[in-house]
This record gives sequence, C-alpha cells and structure tokens, in this order.
Amino acid sequence: MSSILVVLESQGSNIRRASLEAITAAKSISSDAIIGVSFHTSDAILAQAGEYGLSKVVNVTNSELAVYSSVGYAKAITEVATQNNVSTIIFSATAHGKELAPYVAVKFNAGYASDCIALDSTSGSVVAKRPIYAGKANVMVSISTDNKVFSLRPNVFTASKAPTTLSVESKNVTVSVINTATVSNVFRNEGKLDVLEADIIVSGGRGLRGPEHFHLIEELASAFGGAVGASRAVVDAGWRPHGEQVGQTGKTVSPNLYVACGISGAVQHLAGMSSSKVIVAINKDKDAPIFKVADYGLVGDVFEILPKLITKLQSFK
Amino acid sequence: MNILVCISQVPDTTTKIAVSEDGLSINPQGVKFILNPYDEYTIEEGLQLREKHGGTVTAITVGGASSQDILRTALAMGVDEAIHVTSESKDSFSVSNDIVSAVETLSIDLVLFGRQSIDYDSFQTASTVAALLDQPIITMVSSLAVDGTSVKTERDIEGGKEVMETSLPCVLSVQKGINNPRYPKLPDIMKAKKRTLIERTSSNVEPRVSTISMELPSSKRAGIILGDTEADISELVRLLHVESKVI
Repeated sequence: MSSILVVLESQGSNIRRASLEAITAAKSISSDAIIGVSFHTSDAILAQAGEYGLSKVVNVTNSELAVYSSVGYAKAITEVATQNNVSTIIFSATAHGKELAPYVAVKFNAGYASDCIALDSTSGSVVAKRPIYAGKANVMVSISTDNKVFSLRPNVFTASKAPTTLSVESKNVTVSVINTATVSNVFRNEGKLDVLEADIIVSGGRGLRGPEHFHLIEELASAFGGAVGASRAVVDAGWRPHGEQVGQTGKTVSPNLYVACGISGAVQHLAGMSSSKVIVAINKDKDAPIFKVADYGLVGDVFEILPKLITKLQSFK
Repeated sequence: MNILVCISQVPDTTTKIAVSEDGLSINPQGVKFILNPYDEYTIEEGLQLREKHGGTVTAITVGGASSQDILRTALAMGVDEAIHVTSESKDSFSVSNDIVSAVETLSIDLVLFGRQSIDYDSFQTASTVAALLDQPIITMVSSLAVDGTSVKTERDIEGGKEVMETSLPCVLSVQKGINNPRYPKLPDIMKAKKRTLIERTSSNVEPRVSTISMELPSSKRAGIILGDTEADISELVRLLHVESKVI
C-alpha cells in the first residue's frame, strides 16, 4: 500500500487551512490511508485535521525541532515518510513548504512539482497542473520517479470535511541538527492582516495619486474585513511597505476576493493575483488591462467610487 | 569568502506567450530574453559581500548558447569569473546537479540564488542544490549579515517576519529589495564582451519532472463592467454577495 503523507502546518491555535486543502487533495488522488506529519502540535489542533480525513498523524517531538529548522524538518519528514511506507508527500506551498519540499524530494529520491493548482490521477499516475511564465500559461507535468513530492498553491484546492478517527503517534526522529538553519526569532504583524493570509485583499496603485490618499484603500479593506495590498509602482515610490506588494517580485496571493483600485494591470502585477477566485477592478481608464481579468469592474474615479463603496459595505453588514 | 552566484536567462514576461507546435514549450519567435529579474539582486548581494569580506564572486548559468549574455552582464557588474554550463535541460533537478558539479570543482563558501526564475516559477533549485550538497538552506532572504562563518537572515513569512540563522558553507536565495543592484558602466560592459567564459558540459542527469502538455489558461472571468453611479456600486455589492458569495 503506497499511501500519501501530508505535511501539516498550524498557526496559533488552528491548523492552517492550506493543510486541510492538502488533505482533501490527497484524498482525491488516492483511496489509500492519508497520514499527516506535524511538529510539536497539540492534540486539539491535530483533531481539526482528523475532521478532514486524516487517519493518523506522526507528531514529531524532538526538543531540537521545537522551532522551525529547514534541514532539521526536511530530514524528519523524510524519515517519517520512509518509515510509514508512503510514496507521495504533499506540502502546502507556504513559505516553509516551498523551502522544505525540494530538500525533502532530494533526500526521498523523488521528483518534485511545485505550486500545483490541480492534481489528476485518472490516468493511473498523478498529473499535476502548475502555472508558469507568471501564470500566462499552465503546464501539465508528470514525475518519473516512483516517489513523488508536490506542493499545492494555497486557497486553490477546496478543503472538505470527512471526519474520521484520528490516531496520533508521538515520535522522536533520529535526525541530526548539526549543520542546519534554525529560526531564532519571529516578528508577527501586530493588528494588520497579512496579504498571504487574507481571504479578501484590497490593493491600491498609482491611481491613488499619493500616499496621503491610501487611507481610502485601508478603509475599504477594513469595510471588507480584508488586508491591504499594493502595486509595485507605489511600493517603489515609497508610499507603501514592500510587505504589501502583490506581484511577480512581491507576493503571490489567491484570495477569495481581490479588489484592484487605481491599478492598471501590468503583467507583473497580474502574475501575483490572477488565481484569485473573484477579481474586481476599479479604474477610470476603461481600456486598462486589469479589466480583461476582472469578474466585475467599475469604470470611474477611485476618489468618487471608494467612499461610496465603503459606505454601502458598512450599511450592508 | 568565495561566492557562487547562480543566475538564469528567462523570457521577458511582458512578451506575449504562444504555445509552440510541439505543445510542450513556448514559441520563441519574437520573445525577448533577459536576466531573471530576481538575479540582479543575487549578483549585487554577492558583490557587496565581497566588498565587505574579500574573496571572489563567480557567476554560473546552465543553459543554451544565448545564456552567455547574462554572464557578460554579471561580469560587467563586477563578478570575477563566469561559468557557462551548456545544457538544453529545463528540469530543476538536472540544472541543480550541473550547479553542484561546478561547486565541487571550486572552493565555495556560499551559493546564492534569486528566489525563483520567472519562466518556470519552480522555486526549487536553491533547496535542491542545498540538499545535494548536504548544506543548510534559507530562502527568500530580505536581509543578510555574515560575520565570520555566522549567517543571520530575515525573511517574510505568512503574518510576519522570521529571523533564521545558520553558518557557512550554506545556500541562500534572496528576495527583491535586499539591495539596490548597480548598473554596469559602459567601459565594463565593453570589457566583459572580451572576457573568456569558463565552459563546462552538462552532467546530463535524467530530469525527474517532464511536461506532458501546455495550455494558455482560459479566461473564465465574468467580465461584468459597470460605471460609477450609485446604482452601479449597489449592483457590485449585490453581485459579490449573491452571485459570487464572497461577502
């Protein structure tokens, strides 16, 4: 039986939704048991994974692995996979997932397809779809090795509940933590919702004309309950911090709703948000490229539209 | 400190992409090829580390004949040597093996990458090279400090920043904004044209991932474009709530 190992991540007191999506994706390509691996994770959080169909989790408890370590985690995951006779390992394409997956693939003698947006096993072997050229094209790829590793783009796959009895195995792996890279400190964004975690993002571009007008974007984001994003132009101009930049050289996001205000829609920006479930564009130029990728658009002046939209959303709640 | 800077040549994303006749790759007609945008930061970081710590900076690329252009750009920016590995392979695993073969012929303390190349967006070569070398890896570095063999980095993660530490020798990939890349000066560009590149052949390791087909994504966007009246704005809110159910 060659089952699948899903690498689980948690944030605060919850399992990451991306991990739940990975469990459902694993179940969609295999009828074999799905196993999870976690690091220093509480039973309460692991129980959430059980709600989505994991039958067993190996919870790694080595004291040296209480904080994230790229090589340490990669070697631990490989050891758990080998000991549990899995042939496929699935990661979420989060910051840690994307860093670990290729390392694990080498140690696991596996080929690796990254940032996948679909998995299909109807032909007998798994075929993965992934975006390339900043999302201008998709390729269907296959992995030639028996062992395979995939990472899945967050918020593209659906997480579906499939409650099952979960057994948790606490494990000390025999990994060496000499010669590794370890986290020594973490800074959390106080208050501000990060674009990588938000279900809704409102982004502003040069159409806002100056940093002093960006409060409109902040108020609209707040009215939607979402995060603030920015185009490269306004980050380069110093109006907004680099952490808010969405695009090819910023962050790639795929929220449920992306609202682009005063953003023309340069290819490099689209690369960062084109897999958003719903895209709204607000721009006074009806020929702006952003309208070609929008589900809904409002053609008009952001200074006129945004205050009205904010008011409508506030009364809508 | 001896640094190897790994760079790649990619199609410019502003180019229109068409699928070629074989259905597996892009049609190169009319496509402009450039240095991967992230790699400007990679080269600059190598040069700044050399300025602080001494040693050498070597640039390497794995690709066809035209990829020599980006090596000349790196030489013009100031790298000491440039290695061209001739290969047609595009799988990250085989490219990584070619880089590792080169590393094993040199005495390298630090291997630097840009965070991803904008053609395949694989985001895997840096970690793959690190695993093959059995060295530590830290990706997406936005701030880097080296002190002796101690390496301290900062990078963005979901919801914040992470400080990660390791020691040389190691592999790092850098994020845009870590530095301000210098522009090569014309005299250096001219000198770089005359430099001899170190040529290597590929070890031709079997790729592990292969393309079965390529498609241009169909735009299934609703494309409902309205004006700016109160009624239009109300309609947008209704569409988001009732039709798309995102609010």
